[in-house]
Amino acid sequence: MKTILKNCKVFGSDKTELYIDGSKFSEAFAENEADEVIDLDGKTVLPGLVDMHVHFREPGYEYRETIATGSAAAAHGGFTSVAVMPNTHPVCDNAAVVSGILKKAEEAGLCRVYPIGAATKGIAGKEISEIGLMKEAGIVAVSDDGNPIATAGILRRVLEYASDFDVPVLNHCEEKTLDIGAAMNEGVVSARIGIKGVPTAAEDIMIARDIILAEYLDTRIHICHVSTKGGVRMIRDAKARGVKVTCETCPHYFTLTDEACAEYDTNAKMHPPLRTEEHRQAIIEGIKDGTIDCIVTDHAPHHQDEKEVEFSVANNGIVGLESSFALGYTYLVKTGIITLDRLVELMCYAPSKILNIGRGGLDVGDDADLAVFDLENEFTFDKEKMLTKGRNTPFDGWKLYGETVLTIMGGKKTYEKLC
Amino acid sequence: MGLKNKDFLGMTYLTADEIMEILDTAKTMKMVISSGNKKTSHLQGKSVVTLFYENSTRTRLSFELASKYMGSASANISASGSSVAKGESLLDTVRTIDMMGTDIIIMRHPQSGAPHSICKKVKASIVNAGDGMNEHPTQALLDMLTMYERFDTFEGKKIAICGDIYHSRVVRSNVIGLTKLGAKVSVYGPRTMMPIGIDQMGCTIADSVADCVKDADAVMGLRVQLERQQSALFPSVAEYARFYSITPEMLALAKPDAFLMHPGPCNHGVELPTAVYDCDQSVINEQVTNGVAVRMAVLYLLMARRNNL
Repeated sequence: MKTILKNCKVFGSDKTELYIDGSKFSEAFAENEADEVIDLDGKTVLPGLVDMHVHFREPGYEYRETIATGSAAAAHGGFTSVAVMPNTHPVCDNAAVVSGILKKAEEAGLCRVYPIGAATKGIAGKEISEIGLMKEAGIVAVSDDGNPIATAGILRRVLEYASDFDVPVLNHCEEKTLDIGAAMNEGVVSARIGIKGVPTAAEDIMIARDIILAEYLDTRIHICHVSTKGGVRMIRDAKARGVKVTCETCPHYFTLTDEACAEYDTNAKMHPPLRTEEHRQAIIEGIKDGTIDCIVTDHAPHHQDEKEVEFSVANNGIVGLESSFALGYTYLVKTGIITLDRLVELMCYAPSKILNIGRGGLDVGDDADLAVFDLENEFTFDKEKMLTKGRNTPFDGWKLYGETVLTIMGGKKTYEKLC
Repeated sequence: MGLKNKDFLGMTYLTADEIMEILDTAKTMKMVISSGNKKTSHLQGKSVVTLFYENSTRTRLSFELASKYMGSASANISASGSSVAKGESLLDTVRTIDMMGTDIIIMRHPQSGAPHSICKKVKASIVNAGDGMNEHPTQALLDMLTMYERFDTFEGKKIAICGDIYHSRVVRSNVIGLTKLGAKVSVYGPRTMMPIGIDQMGCTIADSVADCVKDADAVMGLRVQLERQQSALFPSVAEYARFYSITPEMLALAKPDAFLMHPGPCNHGVELPTAVYDCDQSVINEQVTNGVAVRMAVLYLLMARRNNL
């Protein structure tokens, strides 16, 4: 299969055409040799995006999402690579589950799916899981995401042991003893609407602990979904000292505040929770100055029966794969806060580097992973057009720029907008 | 005449004018209650259902009497004696009640925002009779009616509220309602029971019971909600009573004509000594009567809105 993409703006070069032969980018060839010639009408081609933090729910919670539906959603969002968190049922804490996930992903064939292994057995925070064996089976990182690695003693052992295998450790930072049944951020909104809140201090305390341990042990640590001003400040300071800390944030932390919870919208409920404007601004500053390495979605599909309930008992999390790029482009690039280059760094090169998966190339010989976006025309984000099983998005009806037009993974079309 | 919204979810959604209309209507309703013939026809041919997921004496009974005094067909459902006990969801339960032709569903629920989560999915008007820690609007209105019978205006009046502020939906509704009418609300309780951010709701946080109560026009004690304590927020009842209760000495710091309120039920000897509960300044029993009047007014005005549509 030979494909030509013509009449496009190729990111990072002045090329207007791309040639794909089989699964790789190739040297130019004549149009009459091509099986398909796609005229992109001046649209922008980016390297396929990478999301290092998603929940595909399989095995165990297929009613929320499967690896196939999650992969379709990823492709719809312009992603060609995702890393899936291990809080499935059974937990992905052994090589057999890792292999099963890879097999399902291969069958779906819509996205490169990189499993993340549990840092501790059963994500219970007690014993180190079989990190070496899981690495052989294909994991790219370990995490207990959903749960923090609660005790410093266990985190120490995980950091040390994972470093033997050069596996990054991703930690969900929330000090749970400060979270007594909380369902949102603690502040004026939680006081007003009578919902128990968790303080930003809960996140800050664990980020501080993680940085201290990584610095002491001289190991890598990656902080998941940073949402606080204090977290950004501590990571910035740690990086300046040379600590091997990296971090991520999510689109909802730079587009929304806890005011989104004011009418008990369960699609504004997640952990860590939406914070106040002061923190939202600090996240944007961290994205701008390089403190924050990546934008991830924390894509967390839930069934409507788990969301259309009372706020305090609703499940945490929102879907994000299909809105992430457009939110980043609209709220960070269109506004002049960062360049498109920086957004691609945040959503492709940096996560690829942290996971060491070698994604992002658009040169001859590289895997043909790419996404084409319409950066010129506004579109209305419509939750009913999402390919994920989840409908739990707070962005339904938002006017955005950066609609996905085409996604190609390994030379194969994985999403194409029907015109 | 009538209310702006289909549902009656909280003081948050009422304008100052609507609050005053409810209070004025309640004064009229109080005359009905005190008359020999407690009967009006305002809800004749209408149906009102109370759906309570939490225990209640005053609120439930006063809503029930209010609807019966006004001639409605009324029925009651408790979480324990219905399909709720079989695990039926809130939404399914409320839809079921709605489909029986109910005009007004009066609901109490332990989760903040529970009525908000279902109100758009049913035709009946939802009346919030207390949702978690969020609001208890008819309690605030009966408190305000009790004040309104003694004040010409709320403007500039100091209202002191002492106790477990964190867990109290009564406080939230009172702070929102009273500040809309220009009153100054001072709150005090153990720091562990003071929600972060409450000062940005338009009330002031006092430094002590004395500071809170000083020169107040009205003083309100709150029940220590022992059932909502998931972790100990104060060390003992004895210590609470020593430092946080409204003693006669404290009450003496308020204005000479100030009066004492309490939403009930009261833990005697904890938030108030029994002597204070029963003192001349106490209007706690009168609040109960006003509860029926205010609830009649709310049901009347909600039904007036429905009839006008």
